[in-house]
Amino acid sequence: MTEIRYIAPTTLDEAVGAYAAAAGAARILAGGTDLLVQMRSGAAQPGTIIDIKKIAETTSIQETPEGGFVIGAAVSGAVLAEHPRLGQAWPGVLEAINLIGSTQVQGRASAGGNLCNGSPAGDSVPAMVAAGAVVNLQGPNGRRTMPVEAFPAGPGRTNLAPGEILVSFTLPPRPKGSGDAYLRMIPRTEMDIAVVGVGVSLTLENGTVTAARVGLGAVAPTVLLVEDAAKALIGSKLEDAALEAAAAACSAACKPINDKRGTIAYRIKVAGVLLKRAVAIAAERAGRN
Amino acid sequence: MNVINNKWIGQSTIRPDGADKVTGRASYSADTTMPGMIWGKVLRSPHAHARIVSIDTSRAEALPGVKAVVTHKDIVDFPLDKSVMLGIQDMRWMCRNVMAREKALFHGHPIAAVAAMSERIAAEACRLIEVEYEVLPHVIEIEDAIKPDAPILHDFVSFEGRPSNIAGKLEHKLGEVEAGFAAADVVIERSFTTRPVHQGYIEPHSCLVSVVDGKATIWSSSQGQFMVRAMTSLLTGIPQSDIRAIPAEIGGGFGGKTIIYLEPVATILAKKTGRPVKMVMSREEVMRATGPTSGSMSTVKIGAKKDGTIVAAQGTFYLQAGGLPGSPIRGAAGCAFAPYNIPNVLSTGFDVVSNRSKVAAYRAPGAPIGAYAVECVLDEVAEALKMDPLALRLKNAARQGTKAAHGPVYPVIGFVETIEAAMAHPHSQAPLGKHQGRGVASGFWFNAGGESSAQVNVTEDGNVVVTTGHPDIGGSRASIANITAELLGIDYKRVSVLIGDTATIGYSNLTGGSRVLFASAMVVTQSTEKVIKTLCERAAKIWKIDPEAVVWEDGEAKPAGENAGKFPGLSLAQIAAKASETGGPIGAGVQQNTQGAEGGFATHVCDVEVDVDLGIVRVLRYTSFQDVGRAVHPAYVEGQMQGGAAQGIGWALSEEYLYDKNGKVDNASFLDYRMPVCSDLPMLDAVMIEVPNPKHPQGVRGVGEVPLVPPLAAVANAVANALGKRFYSLPMSPPRVLEVLDGA
Ligand SMILES: Cc1cc2nc3c(=O)[nH]c(=O)nc-3n(C[C@H](O)[C@H](O)[C@H](O)COP(=O)(O)OP(=O)(O)OC[C@H]3O[C@@H](n4cnc5c(N)ncnc54)[C@H](O)[C@@H]3O)c2cc1C
Repeated sequence: MTEIRYIAPTTLDEAVGAYAAAAGAARILAGGTDLLVQMRSGAAQPGTIIDIKKIAETTSIQETPEGGFVIGAAVSGAVLAEHPRLGQAWPGVLEAINLIGSTQVQGRASAGGNLCNGSPAGDSVPAMVAAGAVVNLQGPNGRRTMPVEAFPAGPGRTNLAPGEILVSFTLPPRPKGSGDAYLRMIPRTEMDIAVVGVGVSLTLENGTVTAARVGLGAVAPTVLLVEDAAKALIGSKLEDAALEAAAAACSAACKPINDKRGTIAYRIKVAGVLLKRAVAIAAERAGRN
Repeated sequence: MNVINNKWIGQSTIRPDGADKVTGRASYSADTTMPGMIWGKVLRSPHAHARIVSIDTSRAEALPGVKAVVTHKDIVDFPLDKSVMLGIQDMRWMCRNVMAREKALFHGHPIAAVAAMSERIAAEACRLIEVEYEVLPHVIEIEDAIKPDAPILHDFVSFEGRPSNIAGKLEHKLGEVEAGFAAADVVIERSFTTRPVHQGYIEPHSCLVSVVDGKATIWSSSQGQFMVRAMTSLLTGIPQSDIRAIPAEIGGGFGGKTIIYLEPVATILAKKTGRPVKMVMSREEVMRATGPTSGSMSTVKIGAKKDGTIVAAQGTFYLQAGGLPGSPIRGAAGCAFAPYNIPNVLSTGFDVVSNRSKVAAYRAPGAPIGAYAVECVLDEVAEALKMDPLALRLKNAARQGTKAAHGPVYPVIGFVETIEAAMAHPHSQAPLGKHQGRGVASGFWFNAGGESSAQVNVTEDGNVVVTTGHPDIGGSRASIANITAELLGIDYKRVSVLIGDTATIGYSNLTGGSRVLFASAMVVTQSTEKVIKTLCERAAKIWKIDPEAVVWEDGEAKPAGENAGKFPGLSLAQIAAKASETGGPIGAGVQQNTQGAEGGFATHVCDVEVDVDLGIVRVLRYTSFQDVGRAVHPAYVEGQMQGGAAQGIGWALSEEYLYDKNGKVDNASFLDYRMPVCSDLPMLDAVMIEVPNPKHPQGVRGVGEVPLVPPLAAVANAVANALGKRFYSLPMSPPRVLEVLDGA
């Protein structure tokens, strides 16, 4: 009967120190909505739990002078929803995070936990990928950054180095005429896991797409950045042909599996359908900004 | 009693358990603890089908903190060659379901159990039990199980002279179907499949058992404390008089708690250790090893004349039993054609074993399966005849005097009224948009009466306590309070209704078959009438007049006849205050095998919208029309109707068990076993139609099970109407909907 040690450091250095010292026997705790479930099922049996919710950098939302945002890795969905400007600039990112779980889960669940859990079906990840978010990491060897799409390594695995902690996400400033959106397919209306998730971010100038990014979830071992879909959209006025090409690029990018949540054929088709629907929402939002 | 200006009958009075349940104060069996209590855990089979060669528990027993281990050797054996029935359950199968004997018959089948100082030690000890298995080929689906070369689960089962997985057959016959079909202008025959679905009660099975001086006390969550007592007695050898089963508040059962899993195991562990033993299943255990109801494979053929008269109908229903025999073929074959007046019927059910958990009852067991096939074929018959589907049903509807294939000639029934109400309702005329469709379906359930006991006592201060013996899973306490208050002419708040345990109230059959209010209202009514008679006698004594000259009116004893007006009335409180002087405490009990439960009928109307790109079906509007006999507590009756519709929608659209190639359930959680959540459903409208049952003092018919009979077909017919394409298998989940849409 192993005992579990719980610590809640107030600085990142302390957290990184304790995490590195535990040499793999520790787990970081953000909202715990994945970790506690895994502990109950026996899938995770940490010797030490390092709670990062007492650290300022992981629990705050900063606005950069250029108009971007730095979101602490452990900020809960409910807190993000209350931010006065985040939802205006990044409605797609916010709706993706707010789709996680239920009201109760939202009080705890974080974007950092969602990403670090490594699920290809994590809802916030495709939206973060579409947004061009950069993750800020701190470990025994100091700080580094990487694009969010480079973070996942496979189902349940990430490219965090041993002892490294995800500190925050940086969302870039938003040019005028930008909008983003996230859509997922779940058989139920809530309390379900994405069978396919699509995040789209667009910038339009006089009706022409000048910038686009597409993130695709739940259809491959990791969340994907679909550059071919973005290429099909950039330069277009979102005509049917461009949308079809982007949808086809999404379907082509899928490397799904048949599992209890969806078949290969179904996921491939739905990826394209959702791309078109998400583009329509993002474009509509871009028109308002 | 059947007057409509009743004061309490027909009122949605405040339910006695409501505040407890919404505040979390209600005490369920898992809330029960005792000093010195230890924990029991079950070791379950990791194989879908295996012979148990040996079980070595020595390492588990040696683990510090372990107090006892049980295997099938500790459980009373019921040899295979002799059936011992308890109600509809065969103890040969119950004993093997509670603890595997010769073979593990499904992944999750209990093999042994441990009692230890903590749940963790018990779980650790389970891992130390060494079981040698001879793994056998397994079979999951019906179509595979009935193939000639299928792995055979039981040597003792044979069908048509050969070893088989078909463990039983039931046939209902009326007239001559062949001649009937020959006379038909239109004949439609279709085959269907449905998947097993779980009852989905929120509260997992659990119990706490203490055995002191050989006498056992069981706190558990069940649909019948007397069933718990009887089964535990049979499986442990402890006489019923030495077992006290105390029903806890129940967090849902829907039929799934009409049998037991843990109680005898915990009893034996408690007896061995001398300590109270608690066992609580995890959700995963519930999903792997309890319930569900059967999956099915059916073929239905219906023949009709050009004018819509149905002349012949034939149905063949194969139902999954799980690892041990006993699927609800009676419900499927018996109820399938029961709503209709058809001269020639042949309805056959086959009970098929395969390596799944043993099925348990689920609201109107088997009936939704039969109705799904029949009501979908009827829709196609209506289409072929260019008839309105409700008009076709009305034309052929069973009425008083109709002879049903499953036996009875119907007395007063209210089926026609449900169809007429559906036709007249605005829902049936509401416009539909693109990719939207409307479907209708009807259904029947037998309902039941049976054994019931009640005690009605007047307290010294003139209030009333009623004790009955059926766990309240659908509003029986509130309804009994209404009835007692009505009869006595007092405020319902002065009546407390309790569910007695097996030592404090007489035998009462389990809460199932939609029997409880029918049966308990009967014995409570008779008890209350006795109490009223006593109250009148006591008043007569006080007034020194003839008891025959006293009547009970408006909550008072009043002198009547030539004495009318001679004395001011005496209230319940006044008479109670003088009870000792006039002869002693006032109360009465009645115990009876109640008779006269009559069938229930319903017609449902469902609108859906299909997202044709994603394959998602959403129910937009749903209205149930049901003959409820008498709605003693309308809010509860509506709740029954809504609950049935919700469960049926889940069955139709999203719920199913998924098995991996090793015969293990792949979605043993509420995350991946998709029951509808609140936001998946619209408000479910319930239209109650009251055609009182003349054989019941309040006109009660069972209302709890019929609501789950029509929805499968109502939803399927709506989807067909929306898409112009028919689905012959459930669930109509998004991938399957797209497959059918893209397949043409
Ligand atoms: C009922 C329910 C419904 C759910 N619904 C959804 C849903 O709809 N969509 C969805 O995507 N998910 C869903 N989830 C999963 C979960 O809620 C999300 O993944 C959530 O975002 C996890 O965040 P958290 O803060 O709770 O993470 P935690 O559980 O605290 O952590 C998750 C994992 O990441 C690690 N970790 C956390 N933070 C860091 C960090 N800063 N640095 C390094 N490692 C870290 C932890 O050690 C752990 O392994 C649901 C869960 C539940 C219980």
